[in-house]
Amino acid sequence: MSTIAPVRISDSVRSLSERARVMHRRRPSTGNILAYVVLIGASAVFLTPLVWMVRSSFMSNFQILKFPPDWIPNPILWQNYPEALKALEFTRVVANTLRLVILNSLGIFITAPMSAYAFGRLRWPGRNLFWALILSTMMLPGAVTLIPTFLGWRALGAINTYYPLWVSSWFGGHAFNIFLLRQFFLTLPRELEEAAVMDGAGRLRILWTILVPLSKPAIVTIIIFDFLYRWNELLAPIIYLYSEPKFTLAMRLASFRGMYHAQFGYLMAASTVTVLPIIALYFAAQQYFVEGIALTGIKG
Amino acid sequence: MVLLKKRIRYHQHEAIAGWLLALPAILGFFFFYLGPMLASLILGLTDWKVGRRPNFVGIGNFVAMFTTDPFFWQSLKVTTYYTVTSVPIGVMTAFAVALLLNLNVRGQRIFRTIFYFPTIVPAVANAVLWMWIFNTDFGLLNFILSWFGIPPQRWLFSIDLVIPSLVLMSLWGLGGSMVVFLAGLQGVPAHLYDAVAVDGGNAWDRFRAVTLPMMTPVLLFNLVLGLIGAFQAFTQVFIMTEGGPANASLFYVYSIWRTAFQFSEMGFACALAWVLFLIIAAVTALVFRSTRWWVYYEGAIT
Repeated sequence: MSTIAPVRISDSVRSLSERARVMHRRRPSTGNILAYVVLIGASAVFLTPLVWMVRSSFMSNFQILKFPPDWIPNPILWQNYPEALKALEFTRVVANTLRLVILNSLGIFITAPMSAYAFGRLRWPGRNLFWALILSTMMLPGAVTLIPTFLGWRALGAINTYYPLWVSSWFGGHAFNIFLLRQFFLTLPRELEEAAVMDGAGRLRILWTILVPLSKPAIVTIIIFDFLYRWNELLAPIIYLYSEPKFTLAMRLASFRGMYHAQFGYLMAASTVTVLPIIALYFAAQQYFVEGIALTGIKG
Repeated sequence: MVLLKKRIRYHQHEAIAGWLLALPAILGFFFFYLGPMLASLILGLTDWKVGRRPNFVGIGNFVAMFTTDPFFWQSLKVTTYYTVTSVPIGVMTAFAVALLLNLNVRGQRIFRTIFYFPTIVPAVANAVLWMWIFNTDFGLLNFILSWFGIPPQRWLFSIDLVIPSLVLMSLWGLGGSMVVFLAGLQGVPAHLYDAVAVDGGNAWDRFRAVTLPMMTPVLLFNLVLGLIGAFQAFTQVFIMTEGGPANASLFYVYSIWRTAFQFSEMGFACALAWVLFLIIAAVTALVFRSTRWWVYYEGAIT
């Protein structure tokens, strides 16, 4: 596999391309105008489904089943929201989901830096072998381990509990996260550590007081992506959880779909409230979303 | 001497610290990957159904899969069809959009946000939304087609259109790979373009001689991630089609789930999962073997 590293544009290159950009801007070519036309058209296409979702969420069944459809709801019907929230048992399913988010994030926050440090900065026998094995799990389809893992948890009597949905995060916090964090640690100068060693600092102290604080962007990125993953996850929860009070938001919305299959106003209101927290998170932490993806950007 | 001793102690200490710190990850590898992989292989050699005693059947499950099982070939066909259409179209479109955004257009950030946005819509909400868009009688898509005088289509309820519909929906989520492309494009050193300019090259030359070769590692990355993801697609069909109509959207992982948790045939489901694993491994290996023909590795872009 090709190595993946943080994409970093050195200052000199950046200033050069910046200058090239400025030069370009002076003469908007026909090519650029064409690019705008295509981009604006494509943006409209990309936004339409979201507009359609929100617009439908404010409509009664009568309004929604009109052909040709209206783009603006008239009158605007707010009622779908309180009703959808109630039918979704929104507070409870969100609390359940957040509980999983927190348990997973904590596990990742505690064990991923440990693993990244051990695999990235320390020398010990067997390191390369285990690193190769752990990296290889990134390519392993989850479906292969799904059934035996389920049977293992069943043997432990953990079906219909949350354990199967978070415990694995406490075992190194998943290969991809270790990988990202390790890449980040590798960019930090070794002198930082050496000075601390001279002062007699232990490994854990070096990790937690020097490396982790410096890696804040990488750690926040990892936690955000894990949050998105938990918010989305459907296959594992439907396998492990069966009693309704334990359902996660994704599960609840999935079963909601079956119950109200013709009531699209309801369904769209429910979908909108599922999307809203993510949108809020996106705008609160936009830089981490984009940088996080850039972090996975590749280098030859 | 004292210093040397200290140094040796320090190295021993480092080895112990390394082991201890890596221990959770190593245990995790055994508990959640290697252990289940082996268990899955052993179970795949039995005819175990929940509530019955398992019998060892050797490669019986695999023989049955390829010869008598009514769903295996169908699910493989459907999943392959979905993968070979959605992944190349998705990767190429994402690349094209990233190239456009990289043309120093004003408002690049806004465009980037717009294209990235759909990827953060939670999968279940996304599936519910697209069911409504694909709705035969009142859906958005048929409404738009009506502007062009095209009669309403049955989309998710049509054997021929269900996979193209899911491919169309997957394109809405191209923002993730687009952002990776964009990051890659912005890492291409400007002096390479200057070199083309010095040689009197035009935009096409810049693309062919610099951008494309420099971006092949990113193309590879998006291609491999796309393939692995597409082979494992589940949520869409679980919510939108339940494998229908007439198994026309019976995705492989959906079929595994159904075999294990609806039909309770755990042994057979494990065998199915192993075949999927081998297929993904083979396809990924093939893609990587092909890289020497088309992927350009420069020492470093940094």
